[in-house]
Amino acid sequence: MAKSTSKPIFSLKNVTKDFAGYKALNDVSLEVYPGQVLCLLGDNGAGKSTLIKVLSGFHKPTEGTVQWEGENVEFKSPKDANDRGVATVHQFGGTFPLMSVGRSFFVGLEPTKGWGPFKRFDKKYANQVAVREMQALGITRVTDGERLIGSLSGGERQASAIARAVHFGAKVLILDEPTAALGVKEATHVLRIIMQAKHKGIAVILVTHNVSHALTVGDHFAVLIRGEKADDFKKGERTREQITDLMAGGEAMAELENELNTLTGTINQIH
Amino acid sequence: MAAQKPVFDVRSLLRRPEFGAFVSALFVFIFFAIFGGAEFLGPGGLSSTLNIAAELGLIALPVALVMIAGDLDLSVGSTMMASAVVMALLSGTYGLPTIVGVGGALAVGLIAGFLNGIITTKTNLPSFVVTLAVSFATSGLAFGIIRLLTGTLQADVTPEPWLKDTLGTLFFNNWEGAIGLFIIVSAIVSWILYKTKYGNWIYAIGGDVVSAKATGIPVDKVRIALFMGSGVGSALLGIVQTAMYNSAQVGAGSSFVFNSIIAVVIGGVLLTGGYGSPVGVVLGCITFATVGQGIYYTGWESDWALLFIGTLLLAAVLSNNTFRRLALGGGKKKSAKESK
Repeated sequence: MAKSTSKPIFSLKNVTKDFAGYKALNDVSLEVYPGQVLCLLGDNGAGKSTLIKVLSGFHKPTEGTVQWEGENVEFKSPKDANDRGVATVHQFGGTFPLMSVGRSFFVGLEPTKGWGPFKRFDKKYANQVAVREMQALGITRVTDGERLIGSLSGGERQASAIARAVHFGAKVLILDEPTAALGVKEATHVLRIIMQAKHKGIAVILVTHNVSHALTVGDHFAVLIRGEKADDFKKGERTREQITDLMAGGEAMAELENELNTLTGTINQIH
Repeated sequence: MAAQKPVFDVRSLLRRPEFGAFVSALFVFIFFAIFGGAEFLGPGGLSSTLNIAAELGLIALPVALVMIAGDLDLSVGSTMMASAVVMALLSGTYGLPTIVGVGGALAVGLIAGFLNGIITTKTNLPSFVVTLAVSFATSGLAFGIIRLLTGTLQADVTPEPWLKDTLGTLFFNNWEGAIGLFIIVSAIVSWILYKTKYGNWIYAIGGDVVSAKATGIPVDKVRIALFMGSGVGSALLGIVQTAMYNSAQVGAGSSFVFNSIIAVVIGGVLLTGGYGSPVGVVLGCITFATVGQGIYYTGWESDWALLFIGTLLLAAVLSNNTFRRLALGGGKKKSAKESK
């Protein structure tokens, strides 16, 4: 079991999520520490999405409890979780492709100037802050807050969403497959940003398929298989092969490789 | 997309949501200036064009906000007719002060909009079905009430001078008071969309309603408020027409349902929501009105105007999509991995 000297900021205790008889999550316990990256690994349908939806307030657990800074909490809505400091970034980052960088950065938390009926959205400030915060994360190509989110690259979109979360003081940052749609270079950049967030003391939950990415930034790891936590370990406690095997649902990768070998063998014979 | 040369000044202009609307307004204006001749460019021609644009704009501008937020409002015609009926009944048939009739008309707009909004948000049905249903119900109710109370479909009213001399008259024999109202409504809608946080919320709701909700935007309240806005816009036009013609225009209205949507789309608002500008919608109204009025000055049959509008609408939808792609293709190397 992963243990740390500091106290977990966010934890799940024996959480089960039942969708009309189907247990998407079964008795899962998890601890998230500030300044650490928890990698959530698992195949499609393993329950990763359900787990992050419980963490971010979209779903309420059927059984079990969610603890925030040591106390039991029940998130009433995503907004509720958000207010506590849980920020979720989806695969494509900023979700409003037709909004400008500055506007989307502040959606729901718009800065205003003036008073009374003349209170107005402070576009200049919004654009400045959004660009500055993205630059701080190493995105130097974005210099104009008027650019549309949809015109940014995948990595830049991720960065804009992470920058927003960091700016508004997120304590827990949930990243759902942030590198899945990215090329190698962009993915590396996003991983670097994750490390930056971690060093700021943010607890990062990284959902990924990619074992290399997970091993690069992860401090501890949890593997889900069919809604159950199959393993939970710290950095260095498992080899890459063991993790890959686990993610393939416990089925030994070697077996699969053998099978593939026989297949390619057949092809070779045809030649 | 092929490799793009960085022609940034042109591209940033192309990227503006009102660019297409500007091109089409310019095109039809030049077209009818050539074929409509001096009369189209005279005060009579220009004023009749602007009058039509202004009347349409009273509805199209608030409808644009509804559409940017991702909804449709098909009830504007009935709401306009019903508010005119209520105004004429109150201030005409029952002889109450004009202000009561005006208040009643605005109340009809607010109530119809509220119903559209509350039903749409509570049932999660597509807004076009809900507003279509509300539209029929409102028409039926208005017809039923006026026939019950007056025995006919006719309700006359003599507005008091404060209304008659502002919204019910032609200034310099040509220009409707509605033009002033159109300018005010344009200013308010632009202010809301560009200058307030509500504008940001409207774009966000139209862009991605789930994410908008997650950021804490009161999505349902905003959508209800926007429907109420288009209700008020419809009521304003009902008031203007009643003041102009001294009676409730029972037959009018239905044409505004599609005309407002056409003007909004020609104005560059995406049918899927999330993108558009009031400036574009103003230009869309002017384009629409220019075609409708310009055709008279060419001496051709007015039937051709419909062909014109249909073609323009299709061109607008296609170019809106193209402009959206351009707007999204701002990055240099992005196009290579647009695979999602």
